[in-house]
Amino acid sequence: MNGKPFIDWTWIGNHLDDVVEKLGQHLMLLVIPMVAGFAISFVLAILALRRPGTVGPVTLVTGLLYTIPSLAAFAVLRPIFGLSLWTAVIPLTAYTLLILYRNTVAGFRAVPPEIHEAALGMGYTARTRLLRVELPLAVPLIMAGIRLASVTTIGLVTIAAVIGADKFGGFGQFITEGQQTSFPTKIYLGGVLSVVLAFTVDALLVLVERALTPWARARAARG
Amino acid sequence: MVDTVHHAATVDFDHVSKSYDPAALKKGAPGAVQDLTLHIPAGKVCVLVGPSGCGKTTSLKMVNRLIEPTSGRILLDGVDAATRDVTELRRGIGYVIQQIGLFPHQSIGENVATVPRLLGWPRARQQARAEELLTIVGLDPAKYRDRYPAQLSGGERQRVGVARALAADPPVMLMDEPFGAVDPIVRDRLQNEFLRLQEDLAKTILFVTHDIDEAIKMGDMVVVMQTGGHVAQVGTPAEILADPASEFVARFVGADRGLKRLSLYRVASVPLGEAVTAAVGEEAIAVRVRAAEAQAREVLVLDAEERPLGWLMTGDIPGEGAIAAAHADPSSPQMDRRTTLKDALSMLLDQDVQSGIVVDRTGRLRGLLTVGSVMDWMRDERSRATADGDNTPPAPAPDPDDEA
Repeated sequence: MNGKPFIDWTWIGNHLDDVVEKLGQHLMLLVIPMVAGFAISFVLAILALRRPGTVGPVTLVTGLLYTIPSLAAFAVLRPIFGLSLWTAVIPLTAYTLLILYRNTVAGFRAVPPEIHEAALGMGYTARTRLLRVELPLAVPLIMAGIRLASVTTIGLVTIAAVIGADKFGGFGQFITEGQQTSFPTKIYLGGVLSVVLAFTVDALLVLVERALTPWARARAARG
Repeated sequence: MVDTVHHAATVDFDHVSKSYDPAALKKGAPGAVQDLTLHIPAGKVCVLVGPSGCGKTTSLKMVNRLIEPTSGRILLDGVDAATRDVTELRRGIGYVIQQIGLFPHQSIGENVATVPRLLGWPRARQQARAEELLTIVGLDPAKYRDRYPAQLSGGERQRVGVARALAADPPVMLMDEPFGAVDPIVRDRLQNEFLRLQEDLAKTILFVTHDIDEAIKMGDMVVVMQTGGHVAQVGTPAEILADPASEFVARFVGADRGLKRLSLYRVASVPLGEAVTAAVGEEAIAVRVRAAEAQAREVLVLDAEERPLGWLMTGDIPGEGAIAAAHADPSSPQMDRRTTLKDALSMLLDQDVQSGIVVDRTGRLRGLLTVGSVMDWMRDERSRATADGDNTPPAPAPDPDDEA
């Protein structure tokens, strides 16, 4: 290796501001698609409660979207939306739908029938029942979907670097640039940071879930 | 105990039917109901009992309109339930189901306060009411209020279910196999607690069960239903046991209905016999003479407080000196006036004796219960129950000691 170290720590030390900037970008490309994807999935899941017949078609469509190779999606949207945020956000949002929709529907369906009946019999209105009974009880499965979709999206964001410019890709830009300039330090830096981000976000979401479901631990405690 | 004014409503089924189309039946719709007409007086427990598919649960759920009747009307205090806002109607009817359906994500206190919360009571009043009700059903509020349902036993959860149904002091309660999911010992205790509660609350209660013993125990009136949604018989538990209206009812109540009738009545109902007694410290000679005059095989030894200590065979009365406590056979069975005749006879059989010693709450002797007196009394009672078919309640014998 020409006496050069495999990882150039000095370079990394000199580019910390670059790391912070890419982190911000990566987080933006995580949060916007996740929020949009959850909003769409949630509305579709409520529709599924009212009209169970919609579950099949919606699952099929979100499943089809999920199978589109991300490289192809970015390449196709690039000429349409140019270098606007849409080019990255639309595919990333689409990829969250299958997981988020399926888990949200499963969460609502996991509410035991006797809970429905008790709520109905005591005079809950449909709306109050959804917000106060069904939604809280669906939280564990919904959060499982959010965790999985988040980790997947963090990985996919790195591929968005292919769209070009230095607007997209977050830590993925380190990887693409590293490849183009045969500079392994950047490739490893991009890869490792992406993985660390995924673990961190997942851990934070676990904490959020715990805060939202104190009752679930009570169940575990009884054993 | 409860600072609200208790009220109960009459419930009337007026030619109520529910039928299902064949498609719904294939999906496992509950039993149909055919032309049910029934008057339930305010403050009474009406038990709907029958095999599965007889329409008992359907009948119950038509009252709070979880199921809408195909035809006919259900009147609560004379008002057609169909004309009322369904949400408001349900908030005014207590509802307890076998699976309980406590909300796992809410604390016990929040669960109990469900209907008050829906009704928009102030928070402090909700909490106070939840604590009051937990106390009523025998759960210490300080201990249980902040727990979650998953941390409770089956019996405790069922108590919370009853407390939740009572929260807004509804005039009518619907209970669908409420004690069906707990083991027999807990069920017996919950039934007894509930009957005691009902003595104070006097709600109008529709109670569904498939268990004839539970129906007999819980009901002021019993409606035996038959597959297809027909009423086979309506009557007091005593009437149904003494005089089943059809072969179906006779089979449903079981061949042991004579024994079941025994559990409807308490020792207090039966005239008690007199015992030849001997007080501790009394001269043995005097006792011997008294026993001989009465031609008694045995005398009952009492202590200074007139509490029976046990039997003493006439032949074993000492020739001289005084009667001592040690002379009495301590194994003689004692029963109080609340003991059911079924339990009383069972004690006599177990102990192989002719007479049971009946004591009052303080342990003082009230008299003797014999197998013969029970049989004579039951024969008379049977002719009373079947004589004119009137609807007088079977008088599940209140405790006479309570009246004192």
